[in-house]
Amino acid sequence: MSCVDTISNYAFRSIGIGERLLPRTDITVCDQVVLIGSGMLWNIYFGFLAILAGFFTAQAVALAKASPSPFARKPAEWFIFVFRGSPLFIQFFFAYFLFLSLKKAVPGLDNLTDAWLGAGIVLWLNTTAYSAEIFYGALMAIPKGDLEAADAYGFTGFKRFRRIVWPTMLRLAWPAYTNEAIFIFHSTTLVFFSGFPALKQQGDALYYASYFADKTFNPFIPYPILAGYFVLVTLCIITIFSLVGKRLNRHLPQARVKRPKFSAQVFR
Amino acid sequence: MAFYTSFGTVLLLLAITAPLALGFGFFAAAGSRSHIPPLKWLSNIYMAIVRGVPDIAFFLFFVIALDQGFEWMRHQVLCSDWDQPIRQGNDFIVCAAAKLPNNSAPEIIHQIYGFALAVLTFAIVFGAFAGNVLAGAFRAVPHSQIETAEAYGMTKRQTFWRIMVPQMWTYALPGLSNLWMVLIKATPLLFLLGVEDIVYWARELGGTKTARFTDYPHGDWRMYYFFGLLVFYLLFTKVSEAVLSRITRNLSHGQATAAGEKMRKAGAKA
Repeated sequence: MSCVDTISNYAFRSIGIGERLLPRTDITVCDQVVLIGSGMLWNIYFGFLAILAGFFTAQAVALAKASPSPFARKPAEWFIFVFRGSPLFIQFFFAYFLFLSLKKAVPGLDNLTDAWLGAGIVLWLNTTAYSAEIFYGALMAIPKGDLEAADAYGFTGFKRFRRIVWPTMLRLAWPAYTNEAIFIFHSTTLVFFSGFPALKQQGDALYYASYFADKTFNPFIPYPILAGYFVLVTLCIITIFSLVGKRLNRHLPQARVKRPKFSAQVFR
Repeated sequence: MAFYTSFGTVLLLLAITAPLALGFGFFAAAGSRSHIPPLKWLSNIYMAIVRGVPDIAFFLFFVIALDQGFEWMRHQVLCSDWDQPIRQGNDFIVCAAAKLPNNSAPEIIHQIYGFALAVLTFAIVFGAFAGNVLAGAFRAVPHSQIETAEAYGMTKRQTFWRIMVPQMWTYALPGLSNLWMVLIKATPLLFLLGVEDIVYWARELGGTKTARFTDYPHGDWRMYYFFGLLVFYLLFTKVSEAVLSRITRNLSHGQATAAGEKMRKAGAKA
């Protein structure tokens, strides 16, 4: 079977299009590259979903944590503590079993235990908690002078937030937020290794990589392929985020771009 | 019972891995500042690659790779008269003497070997992260300190060991405490490496039991077991936070940083 056939058979195998059986014997490097690349579709889907949805909810949670009212602050603090304090892996397991019993109790929630929805929800909540902490830190690090200047010009209420607080918060949080985006993208590999089953062998990149490692008992080919894909997509994320970061900082004199003052959450 | 001892396994892993990873990280950070190009490149490549790729990919990769690597080395030494290729199609075959651990070894040896592989894997992965933190901390040491050391006629080696290393820790601590939290949260992945840890037992014990096979029949209790694990990790995080904030306070004492300055002022007022 030539490499062109492999591409037409397996390029979209991870979403159920193409050959049903995975290659079992005579596994070529081409098979591995195509199928692992096909699995990357899932990783990109999960990463995109979590980052996009999490971006908005995280700011809401960060504002709630900064709010003076304890009714908004306490839930936000607990939410952040629970999701940042426990391993994502355990969260996946626990959520899966929670969704299983929810499905039994309430009809119409059948899709919750499917990876595309259930795991998406967990990743979304997780990145919300981590990014909320980042945005909260940035909110606390907004220079006092900016706020005083806003007051002096008569900005109040939502307009003050929209024009002064929000852009500065984003600008300060951006480097740390870029890291968070990369890490949530890396975490998407956990989905099919936790409770969520890969239906009909439609898994993500790591699922196929470990499949090949099991079948050939040679980890030295599939895992470097996987690593290559991830480095490539990570570079794309860094490029996109740094473009946005440049736009956020465009009004500053370029030589002294402001660094965030708070200790950035570099790792998770 | 095994469920409770497996908590010990996790704690033991953390206790061994943390210093080992710190050691790896120290070498990588020192290497990245080295004046010998290959050493510098090697450390930088090590840190860049491990940080650019998801950590479970490494956990899955290193366990097999290290195992095969060790067996291959022993094979070369012990069985020089072996004439067949090691890779026969999909099989990885070494002579019986090179098997690690020996097939005849008792169960406990197999478990310890698996655990050691897991520790080494964790140390390699987290060493890269620690190396990055320490490299940042080395850069954060004020340049005037190095210039002063040079003015006193210290050699490069002396400057590194007597000036850089003692001062670097206070800058490294926020990153390292963050890393410790990450390390705690990576431990449930142990079960992927074949160590019988808490996640393994939670799955085993929580699974549906029927009266035919056990004395304690029950339904699917995995949810409750996982809730227990969730609470365990939350408590552990809380305790770690408290301890680390204490260490941070002690370390910033007398340092020329904002935190140290604040403590000095607070002390002066009292």
